Parts: sequence; C-alpha cells; structure tokens
Amino acid sequence: MDFTEDQIQRYSRHILLQDVGPEGQEKISQAKVLMVGAGGLGAPAALYLAAAGVGTIGIIDGDVVDLSNLQRQIIHFTPDVGKAKVTSAQEKINLLNPDVRVEVYPYLLNASNALEIIGKYDFVVDGTDNFPVKFLINDACVLAGKPFSHGGILRFQGQTMTWLPGHACYRCVFQAPPPPNLVPTCSEAGVLGAIAGMLGTIQAAEALKFITGVGELLTDRLLTFDARSMEFRNVKVKSNAHCGVCGEHPTILQPEDYAQATCELKQT
Amino acid sequence: MATYQLDITREHCPMTFVKTKIQLSKLNSGDLLEVFLTEGEPLTNVPKSSTEQGYTVLEVSHVKDNIHKVLIQK
Ligand SMILES: [Zn+2]
Repeated sequence: MDFTEDQIQRYSRHILLQDVGPEGQEKISQAKVLMVGAGGLGAPAALYLAAAGVGTIGIIDGDVVDLSNLQRQIIHFTPDVGKAKVTSAQEKINLLNPDVRVEVYPYLLNASNALEIIGKYDFVVDGTDNFPVKFLINDACVLAGKPFSHGGILRFQGQTMTWLPGHACYRCVFQAPPPPNLVPTCSEAGVLGAIAGMLGTIQAAEALKFITGVGELLTDRLLTFDARSMEFRNVKVKSNAHCGVCGEHPTILQPEDYAQATCELKQT
Repeated sequence: MATYQLDITREHCPMTFVKTKIQLSKLNSGDLLEVFLTEGEPLTNVPKSSTEQGYTVLEVSHVKDNIHKVLIQK
C-alpha cells in the first residue's frame, strides 16, 4: 500500500514502532472492527481505533445520547444529547480521521442479527453494559470463530479478557448471566467515568495487537483492576470442558437472547 | 539485489526515520538503500534507529557540505 504524505504524517508514531512499522499500519488500514455499544467502553475504544486508522469501524447501538452519559462516554458531546449514539459516534470518527469508513447499526444486537453482523468484521469489541448481551456476544463470537474482547466495568473496577478460537471463553469463566434480581440496579451501579476510559482503551489496544500480531493477547487470563488501589491483576482462566458453548458437549448451538433486568431495558 | 535512493535532507525528526522505514518496507531482503541526510539529528539517529530495528548499516559517507549518505541493507 502506498501511504499518502498525510497518512505518513498521521501514522508516523505507529510507523516508527519496530513491531508495527509500515507493514503493521497497512494491516490496521485494512482491518474491520465491530464495536458493540457506543457507550462508556465503546467511546474511548472507537476513538483510539479511529485515530489508529482502522479501515472499517462498525458500531451497533440502539440508544440515543442522554445527558447522564456524558460523564464517561467521551465520544458524545453536550450538543449530541437526543441524537442516536451511532450517529454521534460516526460524526466524531469522521472528524478525527476521514480515512476510516464507519458502518452504523442503530439497533440492539440480538440473537437473530448477531451472526450476520459480526460475520462482516475481523474483531469484535464488547462495549456493552449488561450481562445478557455479553453472553450473546460471547456465544455468537465463539460459534462464528470470531476473535473478540470482553470488557466490563462497575464502580471503580474493570475486567477484560480476549478470546481467540481454542482459548477459554467468557462463558467458560462465568457460566451464565446472573438472575436479573441479582444484577445491581441502576441506582446501585455508579461508575467512575475515567474507569471506562481505562478499560475501553485496553480493549482498543488488544484489537490493535490482534490486527498487527504484536505481543501476547489477554487470552486465558482475565485482567482486573480496582482504581481505588490502582492494582492490576492477571487471573489465569482455563477452558471449561462443561462450557455450554465451547465445551465437549455444547448445548448452545445458536445465539440465544436472555431476559434483561428491567432497569436496563429503559436504556437511560 | 537492487539499490534504491532516498533523499530526507528536508525532513525533520521523527519523519526522517519514518520516511526511511517506509522506503525500506518496499525493498526485498538484501536490497540496498542509499539515504541522503543532513548533519546533526538525522545523521545521528537514522543509522542508529536502523540498526536498532534490525537493518544493517553498511557505510556512512560525506557527500558535500552538510549532506551525508547512509547505506542501509534490508
Ligand atoms: Zn467456553
């Protein structure tokens, strides 16, 4: 690929890296990444992937921007309140990097559209905020053999892991969505805004590592951190022979929808 | 084995090495690149960075005035 003079300038700090270089930047330019959710995690992840020059970024989110989102969803600005999140995100990405092609899906990921949508991408970033969709993303990605990054945040804590075929999946570790009555209600579920940036940025770095083949991904380990102590831990995780989707006798052969806690359905 | 040339006398750090890397990426292994650069930062850093990133600097020679030539093998 022949970079234009502007592209050489724009991506110079990647090109300088020995492990990325012009070859790695070309891979980034040809990559397709799907962001599920344009919220706390998807916002920083999408911005960094756009800045990096990822060729195609897909964004699926059925929400509109709410004033309460702006404390952490940094791709959305005050005048965007009321606008579809996918539109708001698309506008910022276009402003940040016109090299990036943005594909938007202004609705929720569900069992009937998941395989078709994720099939168009090389890597999926789970930036959702509820367990049913996290399991749906896991199952769809495992069934499709599609690498993805799981991410979750709550209060001051974050966790993330990366899945590639042959490695432990999210369901291997967490088995099933918790019953809706055990999920923190919206009033209990505060979050320090900057945590979203920390976690979403780790996910973006994992996507870029996957695309360029640099380093070791967060496979078979769960990275957790607590911003109060600012301690990061890597917890080793193993494939579970009894996993419903990737175990020896899988029971999940198609993506499934799970009931959501009522508070989450309001999408505020 | 071919020899290519690159003039980075008008570039500044870090674009000096960025341009060098882009040109090197287009070469086949074993090909040579003659890089023309100026004294100071480019002459100090381009050969050093090239070596650090696994290329072989065969020769550094003075051309004229403050212009030097670095011969790099991919
Ligand atoms: Zn599994």
